[in-house]
Amino acid sequence: MKRNVAIVGGGQTYHAARRHDVNQVEMVNEAVRRALDDAEMTIDEMDAVLLGNMEFFEGTHMTDCWMVDGSGVYGRSGLKITTGGTVGATIVCAGAHHVASGLFDRVLCIGFEKQEEGDTGAILSGVAHPLYGRSMAGAAVGYFAMMGTSYMATWGATEEHSAMVAVKARQNARKNEYAHLKLDISVQDVLNSRMLAYPIRILDMCPASNGACAMILADEKTARDRSKKPVWIRAMDTAHNEQFELDWRDVTTKRKIFSRVCAERIYKKLGVKDPAEYFDVFEIYEPATWSELVWYEDLGLCRPGEGFRLVEEGKTGIDGSIPVNPSGGVLSTNCIGASAMLRVWEAALQIRGDAGGHQVPRDVRRALSTAYGGTNWTVMIALSADRDD
Amino acid sequence: MSERVAIVGVAQTRFSAKRADVNYAELAYEVIEKVLSDTGLEIERDIDNSISCSHDIWDGQTISNIGITDVIGGHLRNEEKMAMDGSTAVYYGAIGILSSEFNCTLLMAHTKMSQTNRNIVNNDAFDPIYTRILGFDYTSAAALQAKRYMDRYGITGEQTAKVVVKSRANAAKNPYAQVKESITVEGVLKSPIIAAPLREMDIAPDSDGAVAVILASEKRAREITDTPVWIRGLGTCYDAHYLGDRDLAECMALRKAAERAYAMAGIGDPPKGIDLIELGDEFSYQELLWLEGLGICREGEGGKLIDSGVTALEGALPVNPSGGVLSGVPANVMGLRSAAEAALQIMGKAGEHQIPDARTAVVQGHSGFCGQHHCVIVLARD
Repeated sequence: MKRNVAIVGGGQTYHAARRHDVNQVEMVNEAVRRALDDAEMTIDEMDAVLLGNMEFFEGTHMTDCWMVDGSGVYGRSGLKITTGGTVGATIVCAGAHHVASGLFDRVLCIGFEKQEEGDTGAILSGVAHPLYGRSMAGAAVGYFAMMGTSYMATWGATEEHSAMVAVKARQNARKNEYAHLKLDISVQDVLNSRMLAYPIRILDMCPASNGACAMILADEKTARDRSKKPVWIRAMDTAHNEQFELDWRDVTTKRKIFSRVCAERIYKKLGVKDPAEYFDVFEIYEPATWSELVWYEDLGLCRPGEGFRLVEEGKTGIDGSIPVNPSGGVLSTNCIGASAMLRVWEAALQIRGDAGGHQVPRDVRRALSTAYGGTNWTVMIALSADRDD
Repeated sequence: MSERVAIVGVAQTRFSAKRADVNYAELAYEVIEKVLSDTGLEIERDIDNSISCSHDIWDGQTISNIGITDVIGGHLRNEEKMAMDGSTAVYYGAIGILSSEFNCTLLMAHTKMSQTNRNIVNNDAFDPIYTRILGFDYTSAAALQAKRYMDRYGITGEQTAKVVVKSRANAAKNPYAQVKESITVEGVLKSPIIAAPLREMDIAPDSDGAVAVILASEKRAREITDTPVWIRGLGTCYDAHYLGDRDLAECMALRKAAERAYAMAGIGDPPKGIDLIELGDEFSYQELLWLEGLGICREGEGGKLIDSGVTALEGALPVNPSGGVLSGVPANVMGLRSAAEAALQIMGKAGEHQIPDARTAVVQGHSGFCGQHHCVIVLARD
């Protein structure tokens, strides 16, 4: 990038399944006000406002136009970008491009979703190709069911392992005041929960949340002058799989796949040899328990087939050697258009030491966030406390 | 702008009322193939990232850039979708190159308006609580804007009809245009009223089509083409959502977007220094109102401008030499088509509707009803 870019503020709503007290505009405004307060800035200082959410998930076309009173973009420069579930991270990348271009010094980035006002299962089935895929579309659960069975059959993991991921997420969420599903559950509770599509039980899946996240990015001078704890964006990368890569749920696939390709590229940019050692914390986008185990492997935190051992040994716990999703992750809070931005913001909070009850008990200098959406799309963003490292 | 980004290639489909022979990915493929072969570029080797413009609701597919990931070169690579007018793809694409993250970016906008119902799509853009239930669509909202604008300044139906006549005359010279049949002012005024004061001919028809554009950094641009078209200025701005919060005869957002773009481009006293304008005239009155917002004439003088003939193809400041949106360009594609046409003018490759020695062009695009969001881009040869 031509100019260094720092995260100088951010904020999120309290996440919940029902927010009858606010409409979408008011909900977005909650996150925007928290971000501005956190950065000790005013909306008038924002040179641009960028917004993203899942297009049409709540039945409104051009949400950016409706959101103006809540986003603060009235009279200002701005854009809407949509890239499916990855959109929250894409908006952060777009904000970084804006600042790095030299044309904008302070940019407000917003992601949101009010899922209770739509039907996520139905609309996700609309992802499938209208001619070739729609008749057998099964939203997200069907896809992760295939991933889970492939994982168990190939590597010898059991449903107890995915249940451990479910428990870790919800126990971490109990430490995060903003999280949606703060469940005091055990492995047995997960195994007793309702089956959706084998082996995916209801506690193996993310919830449908309402919520918003906002972040403020700034150039180096602004960051130095105004922020006590700027968090630097060190690298970004995006990779999509196209829709007809039909073996995507086969965990043994040797074909190039979005997650591995993207990780390889971002590690190369940063000179990362051992990601588990290089990064102090990970915030990953895991819509289902099995995807967290697959992420461990695709990110190179362990060898293929060993992801379930990491959770079994507690290594990815909040006090483990490779903390993953101390916030509770997407399994605990999924307001889709905000979920990928929450990963970046939670990673930044860990670096600032401001994560509160879910702060990992170690010195956090570097963090990696991932996003997940589309037909296997990801955006990865690497953050650091140090501008040059 | 201290550093430079150029348009190095453009391609467009012929716009038509219905393209039953292709799905939207195939439509996109037509222009992507063409722009790559025209520029001699290959996706894997030369294109760093791609930006598409469309909407799920128009495409009938959730996260509809899934439908074009393969043809736009998004597989295992970077593709982002602007759910806005196509002009914003140029804006965001240029910002990406200025950030030094990318050197060469493929932009593509596509929509098949024939496969859905524009009134329903438009109605869903109104907030779901207070205004959607009133049954608004873009046309009925535009009628309110036209009425306010015409009443406030005494703009007449004859004057807005002249915009349609000019558009058709220009379109007749453009091989890609959809509606080329010539028409008279009387003909426009005899067409049936759809939403007073808008008549059928005042409203852009439904259209199917796609446009692709390639942007490059200065270094890459010079390697790729002898006729780079430089992006000299960029600006965007949002207005209020609720129609009652705006004076619809004013265009605050367009003024601000234009001010930002002109400041970058060093245009201090428009129209001085501007050779042509391509703008998004979904409705005839919009050409006049947007020209006021762009600072081409004073408020309320849009009518006099069309009367004077200045904006005709052979006038001093041709507006929409391509035939504009009134001759048929799909939603979402409009602004990228305007940018492509303006670039062709500056390259000297516009063909029959070429403006002699066009050096500087202003491109305007808008998203939302009554132009809630505007994007202005200044293109130049030098």
